[in-house]
Amino acid sequence: MGRYVGTSVKRVEDPRFIQGKGRYVANIQLPGMVHVAIKRSPEAHARITGMDTSAASAMDGVLAVFTGQDFKDGGCGSLPCGWLVPDTKVPDRPIVVTDRVCHVGDSVAVVVAEDPYIAADAVEAIEVDYEPLPTVVDARGAMDDGAPLVHAEIEDNVSYHWGLGDEEARDKAFSEADEVVEIELVNQRLIPTAMEPRAAAAQWDAASEEMTVWTTSQNPHPIRLLLSAFTLGIPESKLRVISPDVGGGFGSKIFHYPEEVIVPWVARQVGRPARWVATRTESQMTDSQGRDHVTVAKLAMTSDGTFTGLDVETWANQGAYLSTFAPLIPTALYITLLSGNYKMPGVFGKVHGTLTNTVPVDAYRGAGRPEAAYLVERLVDLAAARLGRDPLDLRRQNAIPKEDFPYQTPVAFLYDSGDYDRLMETAADRADYAGMRAAQTAARADGKLRGVGVVCCIEASGPAPSAVAGSLGSAVGFWESGEVRVHPTGQISVYTGSHAHGQGHETTLAQVVADELGVPMESVEVVHGDTGRINFGMGTYGSRSACVGGSALVRSAEKVRAKVLQLGAHLLEAAEEDVVYDRESGRVHVKGSPDSGKDFGELAFAAYTAHSLPDGMEPGLNFVSFYDPANFTFPASSHICEVEICPDSWEVSVLRYVAVDDVGKVINPMIVEGQIQGGIVQGVGQALTEIGSYSDDGQLLSGSLLEYAVPRADLLPGIEVDRIETPSPHNPLGVKGAGEMGTIAATPVVANAVLDALAPLGVTHIELPLTPERIWRAVQAAGNGA
Amino acid sequence: MYPNQFDYHRAASVAEAVELLSSLPDAKLVAGGHSLIPAMKLRAAQPGNVVDIGRIAGLADIAADGDSLVIGALATHASVAGSGAVRDGCPMLAETAAAIGDIQVRNRGTIGGSLAHADPGADYPAAMLALGAEITAVGAGGARTIAASDFFVDILTTALADNEVITSVRVPCAAGGAYVKHRHPASSYAVVGVAACVGMDGGNVASCAIAINGVAGKAVSADAAAAALCGGPASADRIAAAASGVGEACGEPLGDLYASGEFRVHLAGVYTKRALALAAERAGA
Repeated sequence: MGRYVGTSVKRVEDPRFIQGKGRYVANIQLPGMVHVAIKRSPEAHARITGMDTSAASAMDGVLAVFTGQDFKDGGCGSLPCGWLVPDTKVPDRPIVVTDRVCHVGDSVAVVVAEDPYIAADAVEAIEVDYEPLPTVVDARGAMDDGAPLVHAEIEDNVSYHWGLGDEEARDKAFSEADEVVEIELVNQRLIPTAMEPRAAAAQWDAASEEMTVWTTSQNPHPIRLLLSAFTLGIPESKLRVISPDVGGGFGSKIFHYPEEVIVPWVARQVGRPARWVATRTESQMTDSQGRDHVTVAKLAMTSDGTFTGLDVETWANQGAYLSTFAPLIPTALYITLLSGNYKMPGVFGKVHGTLTNTVPVDAYRGAGRPEAAYLVERLVDLAAARLGRDPLDLRRQNAIPKEDFPYQTPVAFLYDSGDYDRLMETAADRADYAGMRAAQTAARADGKLRGVGVVCCIEASGPAPSAVAGSLGSAVGFWESGEVRVHPTGQISVYTGSHAHGQGHETTLAQVVADELGVPMESVEVVHGDTGRINFGMGTYGSRSACVGGSALVRSAEKVRAKVLQLGAHLLEAAEEDVVYDRESGRVHVKGSPDSGKDFGELAFAAYTAHSLPDGMEPGLNFVSFYDPANFTFPASSHICEVEICPDSWEVSVLRYVAVDDVGKVINPMIVEGQIQGGIVQGVGQALTEIGSYSDDGQLLSGSLLEYAVPRADLLPGIEVDRIETPSPHNPLGVKGAGEMGTIAATPVVANAVLDALAPLGVTHIELPLTPERIWRAVQAAGNGA
Repeated sequence: MYPNQFDYHRAASVAEAVELLSSLPDAKLVAGGHSLIPAMKLRAAQPGNVVDIGRIAGLADIAADGDSLVIGALATHASVAGSGAVRDGCPMLAETAAAIGDIQVRNRGTIGGSLAHADPGADYPAAMLALGAEITAVGAGGARTIAASDFFVDILTTALADNEVITSVRVPCAAGGAYVKHRHPASSYAVVGVAACVGMDGGNVASCAIAINGVAGKAVSADAAAAALCGGPASADRIAAAASGVGEACGEPLGDLYASGEFRVHLAGVYTKRALALAAERAGA
């Protein structure tokens, strides 16, 4: 092994972030820059019967006011959907609406002004006449007879139906089951709340006819592709998209948004650079939101607790339009995970993707996988209660044994590697699970409401084999590109199609390349986020950057090594088989005599001077690889948490939280731990505080951070993080994704702990988040009023 | 998050502030700016003129005056929470100030601003009621003193005239006081905040005051519940019995996405019990 991989190297990007030197889209200042503001619909569903922009247009400092018709006439296409399952009905999603709004926050008109204050004044001065139309907001209610239609042409508000699994095995399991537990639950709407709001800036060069767009995107190359092919119509060769420093995404910055079209379009119209930065209010009502499922499900088992089948039906709220990857989340990232970490033959799930008058729903940290984990892990706890079994013990009984890997589930995925029993054992040891249970018994005897939650969760990370993605509905491939450019001095620039918006790729990818080549990390610079510098890339989401982006760089580094070795042998006047590339030092030397060799820098320089190259070797030292993964990777986790509930005011206190994760080989333990901890906090937010909610008439009730409670540090005690490693066998680094595992496990483990605490009071289910009032009402409903 | 255009005026004295408020149309005072400015950024408040009193000298002093504390209107929550005079003389007031918002809010927000804004979820109002504080304000006709019980009129509404400026608050010291709060997980405002004062005479409760934030449109006193505790020991049973009566004082309770009015009334009972128990303990019960 090399010097860096596996060690907690400090993040090289942090000095600029913590000194306020990061460069975000809102920091882009260009001479003559104008400011864009957008008139947003206050109505969830309405026909626009009139609009008066004259007062706004007449204001000093206003350059232009554009309506939906202007964008249409100006050649802007509608926003496409990039993932279509069979027979998906896709509603038209214009950049700016022309005659009808479909959710609160829909774009109605665009103002361009000299400064953002004038732009905001002008937006206020635009008068719009709305004729309200009936609304529907509920995922399942959208399919009810007589429910208002979000789009007249889409019957029953159904965008698609999708199902997967072994129906025959499921039917057999339920007909032969000794016990069946059932649940109906809501996985509530969440509002991703990245620290940095979305923003876009653009500059049109009239001479070269080149457009540069800066955007807060997790994946600038796909955005360029969509802008070019669908929405803006500028050839890719004339379009440069830059995602500079981006302050968090959590999935919400994957997608192609109207503002990424609006800003470059108006910049060209007015002939000046333009910028738009979302207000927090706009973020709440226009960033794609997460989750929002209604599910009914049942689990079949034998009397000894062996799981035999799982049947799931889910209504997934997709919002008013299909966001870029919306249909992917509740299908190929949800139903496919329903087997959990368990061996059970009869799994079948189906989902109905419905349209409502709400903000579009798409990937949010975990994206489909948390929804599956919450469902499965609640059912397993219900099963344990039914059988009078310890929930950890029942999980270990049903866990896929390590000798069964690779393991083919009934819902398409082939799990690559894992050791779930050891994972749970490690978590139990680390948490002193037996001690926790004993303490719980003692606490209960004292009249306290103490609960212990345990989960074992699965994730599919590192999407994805492109052919598989294509067969499941993707319009794009999910490989990654990685270029290792060795400069003549031996300094190295690494170009990755992955994009960091908090993950620390400038550190971890440098660790990988430095070790592959045996050079100091300081000589490796990681470049990302710019279509003008990186040849192509698919970006960062689905915990894919190490698995796919890192692997692409390993491939390129291997090519560098091979060429350096060949060149070294030539210059040492030795046969290739008689020299070695020392990956500790980066030197090429004759086998057995380390002193007679050449440094990496000397060889890099020789490759560029080209004074003496082996026959047929081209000058230079620069390789690009496109890595298409053979499979997803399958991280797993076992988390245990201990809670206590106040028996009169019903606040939940998390007393301990122990997380043991298996994310395969670890490049930087400190960064992985940070990812796990951050993920856990987000998952606990869903469990305890976050309420994304709409009124029946489609008003967003949690439209500001005064109402929407993102989790804060004081919600949790110190999180105890540990790990086991089962390397992924199919990527060269052996890594699995680390970005989402924490979120996936945290929501069900807290829910399980709270419901365990309340079990003596007869409470078996409460919808998330588990606020004091919801607990109070559940206790009252169970006949234990307090 | 861009406010409307407004004119900014910095007052050098209270008299100048009163003069500006009297003469300028649509004028609002700003001190710490932690109520007005967020509202302006959302354009929920659109004053034409903003009169800044934040730099008027001498308005931020905190001093003991006999059995009372006199706190200048510009005293920040952090300075009230950290003041030795307050911690010694009226620990409940320090406890209240420390419970407000977050560190940034406490470092900027002022007691005068919080009282004048009269947010139903603010923390100071219940303490003012329970302690029997008096608020001094200066207007065109000079200074006047307003009892806390007369000061809070309705949601975001006080007895202040449009051109009056709070200059100080006089708070009677009370050793046996406590403020406890259920914090809104998003806003940090009080979902329920209960201030209680208990005075003991021998083994019996001689005096008691209870006031509650967050439940009604304004802070309310629960006088009947407080009276019920007097004349007997501060036992757990008697405290529980007294606390069970606070619902009547809450009137038509407010609710939001996080906590309905019904649940707030429930919490008011629970937190009253806690506040009374703590106050009685501090009073030497």
